[in-house]
Amino acid sequence: MTIRVKFFASLREDVINPKSEVDSSDAGTISDVWKLATDHPMPPHVLCSVNLEHAEPSQSVADGDEVAFFPPITGG
Amino acid sequence: MAVLIKPESFNPAQLQAAHEADMIAASGIVGHFGATASFIGTMRHFNEGDDVTGMMLEHYPGMTEKELDAVISDARNQWEIHDALIVHRVGDIKPGEPIVLTVVWSAHRAAAFEACRFLMEALKSRAPFWKKETLKDGSHRWVERNTPGY
Repeated sequence: MTIRVKFFASLREDVINPKSEVDSSDAGTISDVWKLATDHPMPPHVLCSVNLEHAEPSQSVADGDEVAFFPPITGG
Repeated sequence: MAVLIKPESFNPAQLQAAHEADMIAASGIVGHFGATASFIGTMRHFNEGDDVTGMMLEHYPGMTEKELDAVISDARNQWEIHDALIVHRVGDIKPGEPIVLTVVWSAHRAAAFEACRFLMEALKSRAPFWKKETLKDGSHRWVERNTPGY
């Protein structure tokens, strides 16, 4: 009953000791996952995804999901 | 249609020619496209008024490929294109090295130009890549935003 959590780029460096897994029974949305995985408030510019697809922080999550948090994209 | 994530430096002309040869071989038809548009993004030695000596490109494996595939799929839905190729570097990059290549093959130039531009602009806002620059003084910084494309 877990949700995997990933952080990328500057967030991976800035978020101190984040959890890589949270209990899915405690997390209804992506915002909940952030609160369970870190002790930091979620910065306003943070982007997120669920199961490799872009998502909004209010999106629901479920057991087995992979949730990722990252800063604005700067590829190309 | 192909998406390549390259951890080492690549030669855009070689990859474009190889993909085109494969495309012609697969179709068995010569002359079915009349327009090829390509864009190459290359690492600059300057950014935000500072000298940049190197860059590390991070990405989200799995999501990156999925988004790039979706970008190509969106282009196919919008324009009549025969084929498309996206190549993107990851890892440590030096100034002068190519970062990204987008190529579109179509019957006519309008679709080729427009779809190629679309691929670039869409990948810059959708595909999860992040750049970390090394400056001349040895310090590092994450690039916080892309330069506008229009």
